[in-house]
Amino acid sequence: MTATTQQTAVRTGALVRALIYALLLLFAVYYLLPLYVMVVNSLKPLEEIRQGNMLALPRTWTIEPWLSAWSTAQIGVQPTGLKPYFLNSIQMVVPAVFTSTLLGALNGYVLTKWRFRGADFVFTLMLLSCFIPFQIVLIPSARILGLLGLGGTVTGLVLIHAIYGLGFTTLFFRNYYEAFPSELVRAAMIDGAGFFQIFRRILLPSSGPIIVVTVIWQFTNIWNDFLFGSSFSNADSQPMTVALNNLVNSSTGVKEYNVHFAGAILAALPTLVVYIVSGRYFVRGLMAGAVKG
Amino acid sequence: MARAQHPRSILQEWLPRLVLAPSFAVVLLFVYGFILFTGVLSFTGSKLLPDLTTWVGLGNYQRLFNHPNWWTALANLGIFGTLYIVICSVLGLGLAILLDQKIRGEGVLRPIYLYPMALSFIVTGVAWKWFLDPGIGLEHVIRSLGWESFSFRWIKDGRFAIYTIVIAAIWQSSGFVMAMFLAGLRGVDNEIVKAAQIDGASNWTLYRRIIIPLMRPVFLSAFVVLAHLAIKSYDLVVAMTDGGPGTATWTPALFMQKFTFGRNEMGMGAASAIIMLMMISAIIVPYLYSELAGGRRT
Repeated sequence: MTATTQQTAVRTGALVRALIYALLLLFAVYYLLPLYVMVVNSLKPLEEIRQGNMLALPRTWTIEPWLSAWSTAQIGVQPTGLKPYFLNSIQMVVPAVFTSTLLGALNGYVLTKWRFRGADFVFTLMLLSCFIPFQIVLIPSARILGLLGLGGTVTGLVLIHAIYGLGFTTLFFRNYYEAFPSELVRAAMIDGAGFFQIFRRILLPSSGPIIVVTVIWQFTNIWNDFLFGSSFSNADSQPMTVALNNLVNSSTGVKEYNVHFAGAILAALPTLVVYIVSGRYFVRGLMAGAVKG
Repeated sequence: MARAQHPRSILQEWLPRLVLAPSFAVVLLFVYGFILFTGVLSFTGSKLLPDLTTWVGLGNYQRLFNHPNWWTALANLGIFGTLYIVICSVLGLGLAILLDQKIRGEGVLRPIYLYPMALSFIVTGVAWKWFLDPGIGLEHVIRSLGWESFSFRWIKDGRFAIYTIVIAAIWQSSGFVMAMFLAGLRGVDNEIVKAAQIDGASNWTLYRRIIIPLMRPVFLSAFVVLAHLAIKSYDLVVAMTDGGPGTATWTPALFMQKFTFGRNEMGMGAASAIIMLMMISAIIVPYLYSELAGGRRT
């Protein structure tokens, strides 16, 4: 009777229900429209977009814009397509997500199961770091990357993303491990298990859901990042978002809208796939990130 | 915890702190150290590079608040932030209430409302930039349907361009706000609803008097998340207008970027970043304080 998640007890009449369905469908159209426009127009020749109707299906179907966006379109001065930048993004995302998730898990473990004096203070500082506007760290970050010889490299971006993801990953794991029974950990300690043993054998096996949530959260945020990517990369190390923006907003030449749309879908594809495959975890991460941040 | 006796257990005693130490050190340096550094820079006459020798006191802040572009950026943040927060909240709550009426197909609709949140603001920007473009987008479509005099060129008009960014941002975030409210609605105790129904309350009264007031914590969370996003708004503006036409759609984040890296006014850029930090702190700190003081939840 008093389950926390339940269907509403509000009752509605038939006419009202018809109206509700109509409204809900209307909004579904609204949310799908931009995606529809992108897909449809990425499959048209350029002439058809200029003269025709953006909402119409292609008269001549073509995958030429996709091929161009992937491998021949002009990005900056190079006619390389988005492919190398897609690979940059992957090279940036994988190590950054892995490092920040692993460290976040260890931090969360220490902050809940090996509490020491000042642990709350440490956690508060890490928590607050989630909320800073990154503009505040841009200038010194650029300096440090320069000093380390990592300015304009993918490695530099990995470092930056791993560091500024730590606050969130620590927060996620700390909140998850807080609810994990400490008796199990204490029992293992009495049996002589060490710090890493307890982590590997006892906490890690039941961390599946929070690992998925954290990885998705980090993956989405880092893949979609533009600010760090545009501030700390050069022509060779740009991530996908920056390259897409260069493709679309370059002032020279003919505006190839169909290529832009194909490129935009390519940039959106990885996070969209993650969302479609594991939407439940995606939403859970958003909520956890939102309620505490 | 075990008493420290053997060397091994001394190590065990310190190991947790050693594991945490690198992360903490890095956060101290890269977050708090860097905030301090930016703060110091904002009092110097740094131009292209950090220059800690020319001290200008509050000079950068004075110049900032005398600069028309900064005022444009603040005004835009005011317009954008207000509309974005209010419309997203209203739309999110409305959709959540509609979706909470035991809707068949909720499992299909919910992900459709929410997927824009998975996209990069750059992708959203590209889609809406061309969709609202007078040459090929909405205006062109309506005209080709026969309404020859139809005109919609806000994105090219300095007076209205900021509203096109509001439109795109709402498209991206409102589904997420809907999900927050839906979770809130699902937590409402049905006993209260039934009691009110027995008392003869109409659905309208039920929502207005009982259910929506119960959503207060969700309104607060939504406000904090959206305000945070609004103050940081950068990518979407770059993708849609890059601050134009002219400087019409500059935001504080865009100002910071353009002045620091484009115009070599690092001192002023740092000052604008400090102001942004202060704006966000003014929202986040009281919120976190009330969250932490109001009992810990997992």
